[in-house]
Amino acid sequence: MRVSVDHEHCCGAGMCVLIAPDVFDQHGADGRVVLLDDSPPAAQHDAVRQAAQACPCGVIDTAD
Amino acid sequence: MTETRPEAVRMPMTRAPGCPFDPPDGLATLRADNPITRMEYPDGHVGWLVTGYALTREVLADPRFSSKRELLRVPFPGGPVGTMPPAPPGHLHGMDPPEHTRYRRLLAGRFTVRRMDQLTERIERSTAEHLDAMVRQGPPADLVECCAYPVPALTICELLGVPAADHDRFKRTARMMNALDNDPAEAYAAATSLDAYMRELVAVKRAHPTDDLLGDLTETDLTEEELVGIGTVLLGAGLDTTANMIALGVLALLSHPDQFAALRDDPAQVDGAVEELLRYLTVVHTNVQTALVDVELGGQSIRAGDSVTFSMHAANRDPARFTDPDTLDVRRRAVGHLAFGHGIHQCLGQQLARVEMRVAFRALLTRFPTLRLAAPLAEIPVHVTAIYSAPRIPVTWDADGDG
Repeated sequence: MRVSVDHEHCCGAGMCVLIAPDVFDQHGADGRVVLLDDSPPAAQHDAVRQAAQACPCGVIDTAD
Repeated sequence: MTETRPEAVRMPMTRAPGCPFDPPDGLATLRADNPITRMEYPDGHVGWLVTGYALTREVLADPRFSSKRELLRVPFPGGPVGTMPPAPPGHLHGMDPPEHTRYRRLLAGRFTVRRMDQLTERIERSTAEHLDAMVRQGPPADLVECCAYPVPALTICELLGVPAADHDRFKRTARMMNALDNDPAEAYAAATSLDAYMRELVAVKRAHPTDDLLGDLTETDLTEEELVGIGTVLLGAGLDTTANMIALGVLALLSHPDQFAALRDDPAQVDGAVEELLRYLTVVHTNVQTALVDVELGGQSIRAGDSVTFSMHAANRDPARFTDPDTLDVRRRAVGHLAFGHGIHQCLGQQLARVEMRVAFRALLTRFPTLRLAAPLAEIPVHVTAIYSAPRIPVTWDADGDG
């Protein structure tokens, strides 16, 4: 799985960090997403998909 | 051929008797019929009411709809009627990008998941102190007065940087602003007094910056007006909502003894229980947007200028999204609920609210395993205004031992 994020449209709500803290973090300055792992292991795929689905601004993309 | 149009409904605001946790009567029927329907606003405007989960998510993430205060129509009777002035500086929830974006970025870094998690220990300490006092006082007690209100009030005071000497003044004013039995003149006076207090506080922080949110913000390019606006908004958005989620959350658990027992016997479930209580209760039950251009939506033609109201509570009870949606089930995976909104305005303080709720529920159930209502549920008022609220929750417990 490849994960990509659109920083420009991120609103820093933190849903991704709440759901998949091993894959996402937030910048301390503006709360925007930091992608920790753009090709996470299989064990993380479900959480990453849920994070992408829950993201209020739809800035997380996944490709298998 | 003439177009047939369903009659416009009014915003349902009254709950069926004996259903203090369900969306006001009529919303479920509207949702089952069509997730978007015509609605008449108190000023006579005929706009729309959205009750379905998928459509609510879609529209709240659509930049063709605006949150600008000057376009807003209040869907409830008794609110301001007529064109409102634009949002004051700092009131980001009443703005669109790019104005909203600038504020959001200055603030979002202060409310990150990890930063809020670090407050857990401090909030646990203040919760324990309040529950100690509740034990000393002995049963029965008002849960709102003892815990649900003062702990979030203290937390937001400390986060903003309100000096301890001012906490009581700050809490009194905030409570007055939102008290339900207040007449509007009193509420207005309280809001004016809070604004004046915030102005003094900002001046003090500018002169002597301290290590807290307002102190840090004085070192950005925000003007005094903006700082006052932000301080007021963070308090207004963060206190009553969290306090009522804790109060109503406990009320819901106590009225569902199996759910209370499930959480008490396995406190590790608290994260999921918080999400489920947020979904089930949806204290911030309604949201409003205005169409900026003509939009086709759910088979309907929305015209530029039309107001669209969202019943977030009805959306969170949509059977198309949640199985058996009217059942409170603390073991459910409720992530994806819309209790904090959706789109660029999704609650800025949601991670703080989560920490506050987790700590409160965990502490209350651990400390008071025999907690129960001290009055019949039907005699405990739950109000439907801009949010759902319970001004008093009488509780009791077995005082033997530690609760």
